[in-house]
Amino acid sequence: MNKASAKNVRSVKHYVEMARETLQNPDKTKSFLNDIKNFVLLIGRIAILVGVSYVILSPVIGMLVNSFSSNKDAYNPMVFVLPEFPTLERYSLAILRMDYFPTIAKDLLYSGTITLLQLLVCSMVGYGFARFQFPGKSILFGCVVVMIVIPTHTIMLPLYMTFRQFDPLGIVSLITGGSVNLMGTVIPMYIMTLLGCGVRSGLYIYIFNQFFRGLPKEIEEAALVDGCGVWYTYFRIMLVNAMPSVITVAVFSLVWQFNDTFYAQLFLISENVVISKKIATLQSVIANQDKILDQPIQELYRDAGIILVLLPIVIIYLILQKNFIEGVERSGIVG
Amino acid sequence: MKNRKKLTLLQKRSLMGYLFIAPWFVGFLVFYVRSIFQTGQFALSELTMDTVGGGYQLTFVGLENFRYALFAHASFKQVLTTSVVNMLIDVPLITFFSLFMAMLLNKKFPGRGLVRAIFFLPIILASGAISEAMEMSATVMNGGISNQAAETAASAGQTIAFSVDYLINMFTSLGLPASLLDYIIEAVARINDIIAASGVQIILFIAALQSIPGSMYEVAKIEGATGYETFWKVTFPMVMPHIITCVVYTIVDSFTESEVVDLAYKTAFDEFNYGLSSVFSLVSTVIACIILVVICGAIQKRTFYYN
Repeated sequence: MNKASAKNVRSVKHYVEMARETLQNPDKTKSFLNDIKNFVLLIGRIAILVGVSYVILSPVIGMLVNSFSSNKDAYNPMVFVLPEFPTLERYSLAILRMDYFPTIAKDLLYSGTITLLQLLVCSMVGYGFARFQFPGKSILFGCVVVMIVIPTHTIMLPLYMTFRQFDPLGIVSLITGGSVNLMGTVIPMYIMTLLGCGVRSGLYIYIFNQFFRGLPKEIEEAALVDGCGVWYTYFRIMLVNAMPSVITVAVFSLVWQFNDTFYAQLFLISENVVISKKIATLQSVIANQDKILDQPIQELYRDAGIILVLLPIVIIYLILQKNFIEGVERSGIVG
Repeated sequence: MKNRKKLTLLQKRSLMGYLFIAPWFVGFLVFYVRSIFQTGQFALSELTMDTVGGGYQLTFVGLENFRYALFAHASFKQVLTTSVVNMLIDVPLITFFSLFMAMLLNKKFPGRGLVRAIFFLPIILASGAISEAMEMSATVMNGGISNQAAETAASAGQTIAFSVDYLINMFTSLGLPASLLDYIIEAVARINDIIAASGVQIILFIAALQSIPGSMYEVAKIEGATGYETFWKVTFPMVMPHIITCVVYTIVDSFTESEVVDLAYKTAFDEFNYGLSSVFSLVSTVIACIILVVICGAIQKRTFYYN
């Protein structure tokens, strides 16, 4: 494998030399043909990767260009990729209208705390399924799989009702004489996450379960012999060893929570906390408040807004990227 | 004596196990079991919200909601069919595309880290509001914004028919079946969606490919298998179990983002017709589950398990 890739990266000059050599020595023809084949395959692979990367990146590049271009550039068909009169005006207005810094701080706090809860609860449940034998385990784990498979929209109405008149076991109505309306707050999301039913919690439980099952039992036995309790073993030994899957789940959870609009809409969570709701209305807000009625120009502001929303999550992703990918590969995410 | 003590330890362990999964189990009972039961109840009744306390009354109407959804509603059947057809088109495309990409990304080459980072970007970017806006701006890359109006005016089908007319004619005269051509053209037209939807699947397949023991490839090489043979005889059977995971994820993912969900949401919260919305949810879920069971059953039969 290594030998082949070493061959692949030989310079063109080398191939020219080899061609000359081959013409003088017909015995080498076969290996020469082989080299040509490898070279063509390499070119093909690069072409595909570059092409697909372009498809992924092009909208991002397009938005970046838009967010920097001025009104003149927007209507100049000659402008391509590099705006002639770059401006930061799009960003300043988008920041103002989205109330960017307070909102993003609140959103990151919200998504971050939810992610921590997800990590704690899902790893605990995953550990419980992976390392303990108890009656009915396989049926219960089947329920986890069912939870992954059932689309959330099937249960959205009852969820709405549950939190619209929140009254667990009649305790609230016993104290205050009526149920509590939790709509418009972030509390429903915290409650659901705490009970292991947050955004894609089933998937995280599955990932943690697979990972804990792959860890050697000897670690735990050693801990037990040394007089370690079950909780201490879980927190200080197993969770530390499960770092790759912790990072994987952390990134998935943070990204999906940050991007989530489904639960945010369902629970009517204020758009001062969830910035992905603000981005949806940014264009109309700018059109109404700043009397910018030209649609292509409105879209420039929207693009600047999207870049602003993506920025923190992309930065976090780039920092964790290396760990994240290694984490996925080592976490045994698939059965 | 010794036996009894061992039993208590086991019992302790299993109690501990229940304790560990307890939070999830409570959540599952409260949010899932109860909710599915309630959804069924709503679907069979007409629901009226109280204006004051947020309470509701249920009036039992039997199968009236089902009858209305399936025989009288203007767009439900159409939206449902579109979603199912889109899903059936997407699933094989996404599965094979992500397997192929995972194989490319699994090889060693300079700049692999960067390319992998780019390939996982769609997971971050796949958000309702953002992805919609991004589709619009993708057209901007074809030139200045002033081109955008012209781009949007010409529908996707027309643009493609215009630019690859020659190729399509050539393939038709080669005698390729029209349905296959349609499928390929549609696939090419949807390449953006497919790439955007296959981020997680690529990760799944990379993990799967890395779990194949290297000795198998060594044996294949010694026996003189070509790359093509190695793929079909070694790689493909070995990742087969993971294809099921991938297909399940793709189906669930494409269903939760389909128009049926939007329709159900709008019916409930814009038109306040909760009973009908429950019917939409239930019917689409049941159909999704049937498709899941059928497809997974079909794959399961041909699946080879190494362990």
